[in-house]
Amino acid sequence: MAVSQTGTLDRAGHTGRSAFRFKDPTLPVWLGAALFLVFLMLFPLGAIFRASLWDDAGLTFNKYLEVFTNEQFLKAIWNTLIISIWVGVIAVIIGALLAWLVTRTDLPWKKPIRALVMASFVTPPFLGAFAWTLLAGPNAGALNKLYRFVTGSEEALFNIFTMPGLIFVMALYSFPYVFSMIANVCELISSDLEDAAEILGANKWRIAWTVTFPLAMPALIGGFILAFLHSLSLFGAPAILGLPAGLHTITTQIWALFQYPPRLDMAAAFSVPLLLATMVLIAAQKKILGRRGFSTVGGKGGQKRLIRLGWRRVPVLVIVFGILSLSIFLPYWILLKAALSKAWAMPLTWDNFTLNNLSFAFFQYDDTKLAIYNTFKLGILTATLGTLLATLIAYITNRNLFRGARYLTFFALAPLVIPGIVLAVGLFIAYTRPPLMLYGTVWILFVAYLTKEMPIGFSQAESTFKSIHPELEDASRVIGANRLTTLVDVTAPLARSGLIAAWSFIFIGVIRELSASILLFAPKSKVVSVVIFDLKEEGQVGVIAVLGILLLVVSFAVILTVQWFAGRDPVATRE
Amino acid sequence: MKKSVVCLITLISSLALTSMLAAQDAALVQAARKEGKVVWYTSLALPSSTAIAHFFEQKYKGITVEVHRTGSQRVLQRVMQEATAGIKNGDIIHTSDAGHFELLKAKNLLLKYTPQGVGPFPDGFKDKAGFYYGMRATLSVIAYNPKTVPDKDAPKTWKDLLNSKWNGKEVTAHPGYSGIIMTHVLALVNTYGWDYFRDLAKNKLHIVQSANDPAGVVASGERPIGVNGAEYFYYKTLKQGNPIKIVYPKEGVPLIVSPVAIAKDAPHPNAAKLFTEFIFAKESQQLLADKEGLYTGHPDVTYPSDKPKLKELKLLPADADELEKRNAEIKKRFVEYFGA
Repeated sequence: MAVSQTGTLDRAGHTGRSAFRFKDPTLPVWLGAALFLVFLMLFPLGAIFRASLWDDAGLTFNKYLEVFTNEQFLKAIWNTLIISIWVGVIAVIIGALLAWLVTRTDLPWKKPIRALVMASFVTPPFLGAFAWTLLAGPNAGALNKLYRFVTGSEEALFNIFTMPGLIFVMALYSFPYVFSMIANVCELISSDLEDAAEILGANKWRIAWTVTFPLAMPALIGGFILAFLHSLSLFGAPAILGLPAGLHTITTQIWALFQYPPRLDMAAAFSVPLLLATMVLIAAQKKILGRRGFSTVGGKGGQKRLIRLGWRRVPVLVIVFGILSLSIFLPYWILLKAALSKAWAMPLTWDNFTLNNLSFAFFQYDDTKLAIYNTFKLGILTATLGTLLATLIAYITNRNLFRGARYLTFFALAPLVIPGIVLAVGLFIAYTRPPLMLYGTVWILFVAYLTKEMPIGFSQAESTFKSIHPELEDASRVIGANRLTTLVDVTAPLARSGLIAAWSFIFIGVIRELSASILLFAPKSKVVSVVIFDLKEEGQVGVIAVLGILLLVVSFAVILTVQWFAGRDPVATRE
Repeated sequence: MKKSVVCLITLISSLALTSMLAAQDAALVQAARKEGKVVWYTSLALPSSTAIAHFFEQKYKGITVEVHRTGSQRVLQRVMQEATAGIKNGDIIHTSDAGHFELLKAKNLLLKYTPQGVGPFPDGFKDKAGFYYGMRATLSVIAYNPKTVPDKDAPKTWKDLLNSKWNGKEVTAHPGYSGIIMTHVLALVNTYGWDYFRDLAKNKLHIVQSANDPAGVVASGERPIGVNGAEYFYYKTLKQGNPIKIVYPKEGVPLIVSPVAIAKDAPHPNAAKLFTEFIFAKESQQLLADKEGLYTGHPDVTYPSDKPKLKELKLLPADADELEKRNAEIKKRFVEYFGA
């Protein structure tokens, strides 16, 4: 609540301070950060358009023609569309249901439920997909075996290597995005309108359906688009679950175009529709979320009351934990079992118990050490420099430091519309030739991660600065400090917890990144996600499980440390 | 008298030759030690290539082997990407697609080097121009899980795999990833034509990437029949106590010779040469046969008694030039029939 109020004051304060804008000696720092950001975004995108439109003969549309008349490619586009729509729908149903239960009802154990939703958010989708191959492979999958044992049936209950299987898994790891969006809205809808409906004689279920639901509608559509976009950009899950069944999606098709002989021009041409589709959807989402009816959710006053579930509490709780066991408990259990077994499909008895997977992963296999080192180096580096850059940019746009500063918002948020693999295509083309030869080193990954994580860092920093009144800064400026000193000494310490949250978001985003890394890695710059994917292609189940668990443990350790330091939950909704 | 002189001269010269070679070896080892490491791009199964690397490291202390294991086609993709970008990283290139080495040779990316050990190897293991030599031979075979498929019902021939009773029960690896499968597909296309794969695809196969992966899929029972796959990996999985039976079809078994070559721009050329010498020495070749279940070109190597001798089988070898020429066609057709 305090957020939006100080936000207004802040905007009011702008005009007064513009007078000493250009007197600031630290202007080069601000301009430098701004130019760096613009370059970071435009260079790879330029490379994509150039590669898709130009060849030795000059301007050509042949590559687009080739892409859109090729049956194989059209099929991949169609598959992607169907998958993403279903993922969007299912993610909204699960996400909205959980969000509503957690925010508007008297469901018990809300804290652990929130924590588990966060755990689903942190779990890399490719790891979830891999775990599900062990759970629901039609013949050897643990759940199907259990089903056969219990029912005596010959058939499988569920085949994960199908389009519905792929949709199911992708939805499991997309719903947390919808959850946090809807939960935020539900927290803010005051009970006034619901009270009015109650006075007019509606029962609580009718109120939920006719008042709360329509109020949350824009958020639902927004959540759908978010989940749709997330699924559009995923690479690992479709590669692990789709390819074995002969299903290509846009992302796996782009990846396949990198095989020798590489068709970078086609990959670029194939990336452009993905880029445009994402842009249109983000614009639509903005429009829907920004429309008038939504303004009821202003966060002004009002009290929310919780709906009593009564006797339904127990069955509802069972459903909630049922859903969370699909995204968390079952996958984690099977990973742990696979990590400690000789044969993952057999029961974990003493005969089947082994520590070989662990010792192979950590002591015999050299790539592991290198990959762990690279992953955490890149995670810390990107998170630190990313937070720094995001802070500078957010500060510029928030305090409107120079003319046109607000356009920087567009550049900082631009990667939202660039799926990871498309970004990688652009970076690969841009940085495998002079003057900037980054390919083959970890730096191309660094640039990719920095670009990809900029929106999340920026929006964290931006919302933090909005909540800090500029008068303290003005005081500091009056006694002679320049803007940079002010930011470092006054504003940043005040923004500490928000910036730490930004840091941890970026860090988690980096250590689980696969879709861009898979095109950009080289032998010296392998990261854990790439090694896991590599091992998946060779079918080294036990070793993958070990590395997957490592990735999860570190992610959770970071989150908990950050929570402890910052005294807040980095992915919490406003409570 | 004359005879003994000849004898003496022969003796001296052979001694001189041996000591010369030994001196040469010592010089090579020393130069390799100075470089300190060798980077090996390999498609040999990860546990096997790691084991070989550790064996080398034990023998030549102070030189580390950096193993980068992935599928043959990905190894080539890596080598070509680095060549285009001017990156010099890999020393030794090893894939199971002999066609790659014709391509790399034509692009002038290989160093001409003949290791001492390859003299007695059969012709199928040697590049006439002297750029690459076959380090191992792999068979691509049928395998099944005896827990779910009784021996009497099990497929015995390549054509048996087309039977619709196996619909949804078979697994294949991918020629767009694996050189073994690339060679396998070429050998069977040359025997039965593309119709064979068109018909096979009707059985809705589970598609994995590596030729080693079907072993795990068959062993776990996820798909009880492997329609192809690296025989040595099936054999190793079987030896670990998993339910697997291997079938060597009578009509012919694709034999895949996997070459090794040194990169032209190898950053550690001496270590690379030493590693190549090491890999073709009898000791290492015997290790490949004993520990990894592989076949090799070395005539003196002995094999586990429960494996068939190569000369007992009808082999379907593939020609490196033809592999090179038809690489794109094979990948395209396979994706067309199998979907991905």
